[in-house]
Amino acid sequence: MNDFINSVENPVERFLRTDRMPHIWCPGCGIGTTVNCFARALIESKIDLQSLALVSGIGCTGRVAGYVKLDSFHTTHGRAIPFATGLKLANPKLNVVVYSGDGDLSAIGGNHLIHAARRNIDLKVICVNNLIYAMTGGQTAPTTPGHAITSTAPYGSYEPAFNLPHLVEAAGAVYVARWTTFHVRQLARSIAEVFQKKGFGFIEVISPCPTLYQRRNRLGDGLDTMKYYKEKSKVRHGAPTNEVGLTMTGEIIVGKFVDRDRPDYQTLMRTQLSESLGERFVESAEMVCS
Amino acid sequence: MGVPVAKGRVSIIVERCKSCGFCVEFCPTKVLALSSAFNSKGYHPPHVVEPEKCSGCDLCGMYCPDFAIYATKIAPPKEAARES
Ligand SMILES: Cc1ncc(C[n+]2csc(CCOP(=O)(O)OP(=O)(O)O)c2C)c(N)n1
Ligand code: SF4
Ligand code: SF4
Ligand code: SF4
Ligand SMILES: [Mg+2]
Repeated sequence: MNDFINSVENPVERFLRTDRMPHIWCPGCGIGTTVNCFARALIESKIDLQSLALVSGIGCTGRVAGYVKLDSFHTTHGRAIPFATGLKLANPKLNVVVYSGDGDLSAIGGNHLIHAARRNIDLKVICVNNLIYAMTGGQTAPTTPGHAITSTAPYGSYEPAFNLPHLVEAAGAVYVARWTTFHVRQLARSIAEVFQKKGFGFIEVISPCPTLYQRRNRLGDGLDTMKYYKEKSKVRHGAPTNEVGLTMTGEIIVGKFVDRDRPDYQTLMRTQLSESLGERFVESAEMVCS
Repeated sequence: MGVPVAKGRVSIIVERCKSCGFCVEFCPTKVLALSSAFNSKGYHPPHVVEPEKCSGCDLCGMYCPDFAIYATKIAPPKEAARES
C-alpha cells in the first residue's frame, strides 16, 4: 500500500514548526483543525508571510503561537490584543493576527477586546471558543453556557454568558463571523476574507474540548461534538448578532454576521492630527527592530 | 468505463495521528477507516479501504487536527492522446 507513508509533503507543513509535532493538544481537540484551516487560508489568500505576525495569549489555544512557522509571540494571559496593538502601531504595514482562546480574549482580556473593537484597530482576531478555561482544568469562562458543569460550577453554571459576536459588533468590529470546527472550508474562506478587510475583524470558532468540557458534561468525545455541530448548526449570514447566543445543546447559528466599513484607528489618528497640526504633522518612518 | 478510477491519493503520517476519527467520519465517499494497527503512541491511525473512491478533495486533510493526513489529486489519463 502506498498510503502508509511517512511523507512530509502535507501542504500545511510549510506554515508549521513540524519539529514540535506531535503537538500537545488532546485527541479530538478542535484547536489543531482551526490551525489547519488558518494555514489553508494563508495558501488561498497568497498573503506575504513576511508581512504576517501572529500573537497569542495563554491557554491551550495560546499554544498556537509556538506551532506556526511565522513571526509569532506568546504573550501573558489576556494581553495578546495590547501586544498586537503595539506591533501594529509601530509597524503599520504588518498584518497582525491575534489567535487565542475565549477565556484569554473575553475574560482577563475582555477590556482590551472591546476597546480594540471600539478603536477599530486593524487586527484579525481568531477566537477559539471551547466554552471553558481549558488549560487550567476546565473552570467557568464568560462563554460557558447555562447549566454546563465545570470545575468551578459542579452543580451547573448559572451565570449568563457572553455572546461574543454581539459583544464585538456592539463595540465596533467591522467584520464578525462564527463557524465551528466542522465548517472547515467556510472557516478557511472567512479567514482569507478577513485579511482583505481593514479594521477590527473577529472570527469565533466553536471548538471541542473533549477532555474538560464535553467529558464533564457527558457530551461524548471530539467526534461526537463534531457530529453535534454538523447536526445543529444553521448558516445564517447577516443574522442579527443578538440572536446568535449559544446554549449547551441547542442550535448554533453560524455565518458572516457583520461586514461593514469604518475608518480604522490609524486613519482616524492621521486625519485628526493633520487637521489640527497641518504641516507640523509629520509621520515618522516605521520602526524596525534589527 | 464502468470501473471507478481514483482521482486522488491519500497520505497518512501515522506517527502524528491521535485516532480522533474526523477524517474517517467526514470523508464524503467513505474512503477511510481506522485500522487495528497501532502507532508508537498506541493510537489507531486510519487506513485506506476504498482507494478508488477517493476524489482527492483533501477534506480529510483539512479536518485533521494533527496534520497527519492529506490528499493529492491524481492527474487524469490523457484519453485523447491515447486514441489518436
Ligand atoms: C495572569 C494569569 N492569570 C491566570 C492564569 C491561568 N490561566 C492560564 S490559561 C487560562 C485560561 C485559558 O482559557 P482560554 O483562553 O479559553 O484558553 P483554552 O485553554 O480554553 O484554549 C488561565 C485562567 C495565567 N496564566 N495568568
Ligand atoms: S484540554 Fe481541551 S482545549 Fe486543551 S488541548 Fe485538551 S481538548 Fe484541547
Ligand atoms: S481526499 Fe476526499 S475523498 Fe479522498 S479520502 Fe480524503 S476526504 Fe475522502
Ligand atoms: S483526522 Fe488526523 S488525527 Fe484524526 S484519525 Fe484522521 S489522521 Fe488521525
Ligand atoms: Mg477556552
